[in-house]
Amino acid sequence: MSTLITCRHVDFGYENYDAVVDLSMEVDEGDYLCVVGANGSGKSTLVKGLLGLIKPMKGELTVAEELRRTGIGYLPQQTAAQRDFPASVYEVVLSGTLSRRTARSPGDAGMKEGTPETRFQRRRPFYKWPFYSPEEKRLAASCMEKLGISELKNHCYRELSGGQQQRVLIARALCATSRMLILDEPITGLDPSAIQDFYRLVRRLNRDEGVTILMVTHDVAGVISQANRILHLQQRVVFFGKPEEYRRTAAGRRYLGGEDR
Amino acid sequence: MSMIAEMLSYPFLVRAFIGGILVSLCAALLGVTLVLKRYSMIGDGLSHVSFGAISVAVAAGWSPLPVSIPVVVLAAFFLLRITESGRMRSDAAIAMISASALSIGIVVTSLTTGMTTDVSSYMFGSILAMSRGDVWLSAVLSAVVLGMFVLCYHRIFAVTFDESFAKATGVNVSFYNTVTAVLTAVTIVLGMRMMGAMLISSLVIFPALTSMRMFKSFRGVVISSGVLAVVCFCIGMTGSYVFSTPAGASVVLVNLAAFLLFWMAEMILRQRIRWQPLKPGRKRTSPAGGAQTAKNARKWKTIRPEGEHAPRSAGERKQP
Repeated sequence: MSTLITCRHVDFGYENYDAVVDLSMEVDEGDYLCVVGANGSGKSTLVKGLLGLIKPMKGELTVAEELRRTGIGYLPQQTAAQRDFPASVYEVVLSGTLSRRTARSPGDAGMKEGTPETRFQRRRPFYKWPFYSPEEKRLAASCMEKLGISELKNHCYRELSGGQQQRVLIARALCATSRMLILDEPITGLDPSAIQDFYRLVRRLNRDEGVTILMVTHDVAGVISQANRILHLQQRVVFFGKPEEYRRTAAGRRYLGGEDR
Repeated sequence: MSMIAEMLSYPFLVRAFIGGILVSLCAALLGVTLVLKRYSMIGDGLSHVSFGAISVAVAAGWSPLPVSIPVVVLAAFFLLRITESGRMRSDAAIAMISASALSIGIVVTSLTTGMTTDVSSYMFGSILAMSRGDVWLSAVLSAVVLGMFVLCYHRIFAVTFDESFAKATGVNVSFYNTVTAVLTAVTIVLGMRMMGAMLISSLVIFPALTSMRMFKSFRGVVISSGVLAVVCFCIGMTGSYVFSTPAGASVVLVNLAAFLLFWMAEMILRQRIRWQPLKPGRKRTSPAGGAQTAKNARKWKTIRPEGEHAPRSAGERKQP
């Protein structure tokens, strides 16, 4: 089992404000890491940092070679503008394959010919820009198949339920990469049964498809049985380790409730 | 037929037609992304800035285009920055900037030449405004806009739909936003003198809103907006020639008519779709905008026999 992301005493922040201080953690392949913490505790900043949208101010952030090549799948928080966006499900899912076109280092050593992961990681010629290649279409179809939304292909995104919209967005993220998914507060606005569906889906992806999951959430109680690592942030790391140990810490008891001493 | 031939025998009308078609096509295409990104008011703000810049240029005796294009491009950058940094509500910022620019224009004009017909033609447009140079410029502009939409269609979709995902997957989001802002600025300056500062933003907003009534995919909305904009412009111009009404206002009214038409068509289609049997777990939106609850859906399903699609009469209809 290889390590995908390693942070050693990393600070993330903006011009004159550190949102995350002295963070050390690692994400291994196949992990289901759950990031919890109060609002403004630096969770979203951490996500931006891991995605490479902001550079670490201090410390060392190492991202595994294979992840740097395919990128990280990302499920952002939904914006209000998306809820009534006129787009078919197929269009949304296909747009996830775009990231593979901007291969960060084309002709990279260790790039295998022929596997679907790497086949179209070459820069496309200019005149082919307006079209999706057959590989890209196949990839999108298989991602929709995996998430059980194939029959919604031509439906309009804004007419789907919250849970279905989440599935569409995961399918899009999986088109970008099937190695690792970062989910940023994915259950906001879902009803309880949709939340349970969603958790089952994520667990299935994690166990059966071997997708590494990093989920930012407020719903600790709902995820603790599934995650194998918990990271509790409050600008600094309050806790990083196994869920069983987290239950025993003061911070964990405060978040999980119950079991009064 | 003879009327159209008669119309096209005037060179200034031919110029107005060509320039207007190209400008409204560009405005409609750019409008789709602007409306979906909730920047609808940017067109309005920029046209007022453009009015201010042109008034100052005319008062100082400069030629209007070389002054107003850079000013409006700068304003577009500024408005985008404000929106992105999120320090100020963008709608408030746009309202503030457009009102200030409008007042600067009006004060400068009344101090120098006085409020003449010139000002009124900037406000409400003039059919004589399209010069030969303007037509060439609009041809270049529409070539750039069309080229961008054909070549970068998928990236434009990605940026419009979800900026944070696009950014995370390596699309250069700020580049696309900047290009969109610059092209919008040029489109508005070009179209403004014909359509009028008060009316040009409708070319940006209307086609996209109209198409969104009927089309459910981004591709459909983009194509339909382009076609609608050109068709509405041609009808509006012909109408303005026949009834001797101002060109800009006539085009806007045709756009409004198209919107109402599409809206009604959408309502009728929705009524039909609503009565199909619902799959469990699938949520449908009612025409009032509220969501159908799963409980309701199940009730409907048990009431109605499977596979019956026919709409009920209006009296029987139950509002959820």
